Amino acid sequence: MSAIVVRDLRKSYGPVTALRGVSFEVEVGEVFGLLGPNGAGKTTTVEILEGYRRRDGGDVWVLGHDPGAAPRALRERIGVVLQHSELTPTLTVRETHRLFAGYYERPRDVDEVIALVGLTEKGDARVKTLSGGERRRLDLGVALVGDPDLLFLDEPTTGFDPGARRSAWELVRALRSLGKTILLTTHYLDEAQQLADRVAVIRGGEIVKLGTPADLIGASRETEIRFRRDGELVVVRTEEPTAVLHRLTEEALAAGRELEHLEVVRPTLEDVYLELVEEEATPG
Amino acid sequence: MFLHQLGYEQRVFWRTREAAVFVFIFPLLLYALLGTVYSGEVDGRPSQDVLLAGILGYAAANTGLGGLAITLVVRREAGLLKRLRATPLPPGTYLASVLASTFLVFALQSVALLTLGRLGFGASMPASWPGFAGAIVLGVACFAGLGVGAASLIRSAEGVSAVVNVIILPMAFLSGAFGPTREFPSFLQAIADVLPLTYYLEVVSRVYLDGSSLHAFPGALAIVVAWGVVGAIVAWRRFGWAPRARAG
Repeated sequence: MSAIVVRDLRKSYGPVTALRGVSFEVEVGEVFGLLGPNGAGKTTTVEILEGYRRRDGGDVWVLGHDPGAAPRALRERIGVVLQHSELTPTLTVRETHRLFAGYYERPRDVDEVIALVGLTEKGDARVKTLSGGERRRLDLGVALVGDPDLLFLDEPTTGFDPGARRSAWELVRALRSLGKTILLTTHYLDEAQQLADRVAVIRGGEIVKLGTPADLIGASRETEIRFRRDGELVVVRTEEPTAVLHRLTEEALAAGRELEHLEVVRPTLEDVYLELVEEEATPG
Repeated sequence: MFLHQLGYEQRVFWRTREAAVFVFIFPLLLYALLGTVYSGEVDGRPSQDVLLAGILGYAAANTGLGGLAITLVVRREAGLLKRLRATPLPPGTYLASVLASTFLVFALQSVALLTLGRLGFGASMPASWPGFAGAIVLGVACFAGLGVGAASLIRSAEGVSAVVNVIILPMAFLSGAFGPTREFPSFLQAIADVLPLTYYLEVVSRVYLDGSSLHAFPGALAIVVAWGVVGAIVAWRRFGWAPRARAG
């Protein structure tokens, strides 16, 4: 069953085309990553799904609803973490959760949610006294308080230090194990690789690759062989690593030399991603 | 849900020190200062009464237009309004509770002004309480309409309090909230003739001092209401929930 269906989604802002026919589906219980550089169309896509923006063309279904009509029944079942949003600085963490809980028909227990996002000790602290990482956890708590089936996370760890990112990742994994469907945008590859069951790489308003992180890497057949010869780094890229490696070792053995610092590496998601995104850099 | 939101609106208002001081305390302070300076009679009425009516009008503009516009713009630019749009809270319910909260603040402020006037300067109590209550509702309706309208046009959270003060203070001065305008040059009086506060002050002072009923001045009433409606129309056409200053 699909939580989200997007077919041939199109959107322009005046003369600028932001989305030129984007299609994908997100299964129930899946963590789906939209990965791409800034301005690729990630936020536009998510904001159409959240009901903030109108689409110019295509079909969109979110939990069986058309978000363009922004039905309240849909808003009961989604949770949203925006890239930039602040909550009322003079309310406490618990008050903020209670305030939002009051908007939903069947909210979760407020203290449970506060514990889930790790803010129990800050329950009575005013929002303005929280650190940046704590505020993002508050955003997440507020998004969870309505007990949503589907969660939108727009660049949830941008600006985090490494420790805060790790704990945010743990949190997303915990949510996944609760059976939540999560749509996550990010421009961090490791984040997509760590969290997403499937990833769509979006570039210039189009999806250029879609699959599991392993699929995306597997799609590239090149292998890199690196070693040092007289201190100089030699890099050989090949689609036939067995044959190339055999030849190299044979030569080295015959000459009585060592292939120093020999490495045979598969491309990382980062390499695949950079390859995909760099094509965009060429003017066209 | 309305009462839930209203309760939080009140809690936030009184906890936000800047808002509570600017919106609630400032008109009281102004009355205390001017009341100390002015004495005797204005147009055959005790000056403390005329001044009280004037400050009430100023407070309506300050709370309704100023306080509301600042609240809405700051929340919009912080992304809070956008965030609320993704919840099941209906936008109409939200706006209604923000307006009701503004009304509560102004009602309390009126009572505080009357108390201060009575105890501090021996000002009169309203000649007609129902008329006075009606005038309070009218003031909030008109200036809150203008407040939401202004919030729709003001782009940045940094500039909003400067902008509203540039509107409100000269308006209050020209409309005679701080003292009679009889001696003003005619072009200033001509400006005053189109300002909503001029007519609102007329309504307030007649109702408060003479005990007239609200509908005794359909002309002034119509102009005050018309300004509120203009604000509401601007709001209807231009109000946005997403931050303006930061494209995103």
